[in-house]
Amino acid sequence: MLSLYASSILAASFWTDDAVHTALIVSTGAALVCGIVGVFTIIRGQSFAGHALADMSSAGGAGSFLAGINPLFGFLAIALLSAVTMELADLRQARERDLAAGIILGAGLGVTALLLYFDVTTKSTTGAAVSIMFGSMFEIPASIIPFLLGIGVLALSLLAIFHRPLYFCSVNSELAATQGIPVRRVGFIFLVILSLSVTLSAMAIGAILSTALLIAPAAAAMRLTKRLWFALGLSAFIGISASWAGIWLAYSSYDWTRGHVWPVSFFIVTILFIIYLASGLPQLIAKLHFGTDRYKTTQSFGGS
Amino acid sequence: MNHPETILSVEKISVSLQGRPILDNINFDLAKAEFCGLIGANGSGKTTLLRTILGFQPHTHGTINIDHRPNTNTLKSVGYVPQKIQLEKDLPLRARDLIGLGWDGHRLGLPWPSRKKSILVDEMLHAVNAEAFADQRVGDLSGGQQQRILIAHALIHRPKLLLLDEPLANLDIRAVAETVALLNRVRIDFGVAILISAHDMNPLLGVVDKIIYLANGRAAYGRTNEVVRTTVLSELYGYHIDVIRVHGRVLVIAGGHTDENAIPHDHHQDHVEAIP
Ligand SMILES: Nc1ncnc2c1ncn2[C@@H]1O[C@H](COP(=O)(O)OP(=O)(O)OP(=O)(O)O)[C@@H](O)[C@H]1O
Ligand SMILES: [Mg+2]
Repeated sequence: MLSLYASSILAASFWTDDAVHTALIVSTGAALVCGIVGVFTIIRGQSFAGHALADMSSAGGAGSFLAGINPLFGFLAIALLSAVTMELADLRQARERDLAAGIILGAGLGVTALLLYFDVTTKSTTGAAVSIMFGSMFEIPASIIPFLLGIGVLALSLLAIFHRPLYFCSVNSELAATQGIPVRRVGFIFLVILSLSVTLSAMAIGAILSTALLIAPAAAAMRLTKRLWFALGLSAFIGISASWAGIWLAYSSYDWTRGHVWPVSFFIVTILFIIYLASGLPQLIAKLHFGTDRYKTTQSFGGS
Repeated sequence: MNHPETILSVEKISVSLQGRPILDNINFDLAKAEFCGLIGANGSGKTTLLRTILGFQPHTHGTINIDHRPNTNTLKSVGYVPQKIQLEKDLPLRARDLIGLGWDGHRLGLPWPSRKKSILVDEMLHAVNAEAFADQRVGDLSGGQQQRILIAHALIHRPKLLLLDEPLANLDIRAVAETVALLNRVRIDFGVAILISAHDMNPLLGVVDKIIYLANGRAAYGRTNEVVRTTVLSELYGYHIDVIRVHGRVLVIAGGHTDENAIPHDHHQDHVEAIP
């Protein structure tokens, strides 16, 4: 019987445990890439597209179980395929894009449901569904790390190369077109980058939850700084910190849950949620301090 | 006709959108450092004409030359401020960053800090008198402040031609006067020809050399006094138009004593506003 996720027992101490090592490497890579790409995703207003890509990629993950390959390859293949499909659909209106993403996402998850059913019935791997949807970081085989790092390096390289046109198009596509930037091609390159990031995130915390790692750190960072470079750094830092803390808490949960290990994803996502809430505090305090009304009127004055 | 000082020449331009003729046989020239108003009611084709000049919108007939070259590959010599630019509040983008994007936003690779760029950006901030809010988020700026930053953004390449699409809409009276004065100063300092669209010509009367008046897909072009006349505009609209001058301001009023049915719903009537 093929073991797709190496199962290991968390016995050694935190820093010497191999499963913890792998989890730390995978989550750091995923959080770094997602933190940076997430800022662009939010600026471009494509959070939902990111979520749709992730949900669709779950079908690939489920298919991989059936085929007996690592889910990474299924996630990656379907995410990229979905990106190409979105590009070919050529939807210009934000509303059209949202609708299409929502509908395709539903169809994708339907396929996932079927494939997972086959997984469970033919392979009797009951953990497949949970692993695909919610991740199981302590069970990722170390052999997959080079692939994950390769994907991460590719995503960041593309981002580094196309950074300025991408940012410019995200600020305002009409202004960008005025400078001769091929707005549509740049948009497609970003979808590819988004697929790569979502794949990493899906491996780390599961397909369904992967958006959390993509959006929450970036959203919190963007509340705290008005400069792009600070936002990118802060977002990556928040993502990585939350991942490490989540892994540590999950690891420790073995002690206070009488021998169970709670899902890492639960801790990471919860920490991210709390950080996001906390990132609103400075603004809230400013509002209370200056009086809500005045703050609002100066904010909306002459808006456009 | 093609004077060496000519920066923009538009000859016999016709444009159709989805099979519907929008512009028909438009002709005009703009010389170096000339200030020209593109006036017309909503839907008269101002944006379409500007986008055609930029090469974003194909035309069915005619030629457009910018600085004596066809407009197909002249983006660098044109600055453009589009109509209704929406800058989201949460953009991690300071005013000076937006100006900087005009300089190197199209380049590939990581942006290393460049001294030349930051000097240029400071120059532009100075030119549009925006130093005071250079480090604020663009999304937090007022409409007039955003407009100034967008003008700086469009100017950083030192284009020979600056196209502005309704930059005065949504501004209050004071911001309108300030923006017009600023544009006139920029025109002189940079030697840039300016084509500015507006539905109300009055704020521009003191500065523009020429006017292009769009109606019914056709254009009347010339000095303000030559164009904004009862005979010229009546001929353009195809029904009687009254041009009334009050205290140095112009009112264009549709209809009146001729055929009542000829008055369109979207008839164009400039307001008289008290200017301090
Ligand atoms: N993509 C399009 N397809 C078909 N018709 C269009 C399109 N865009 C604009 N039009 C039509 O072309 C005409 C001119 O539009 P345009 O936007 O150029 O006018 P405008 O003078 O800029 O108006 P406004 O003052 O409202 O900005 C309008 O009648 C409009 O309905
Ligand atoms: Mg317009």
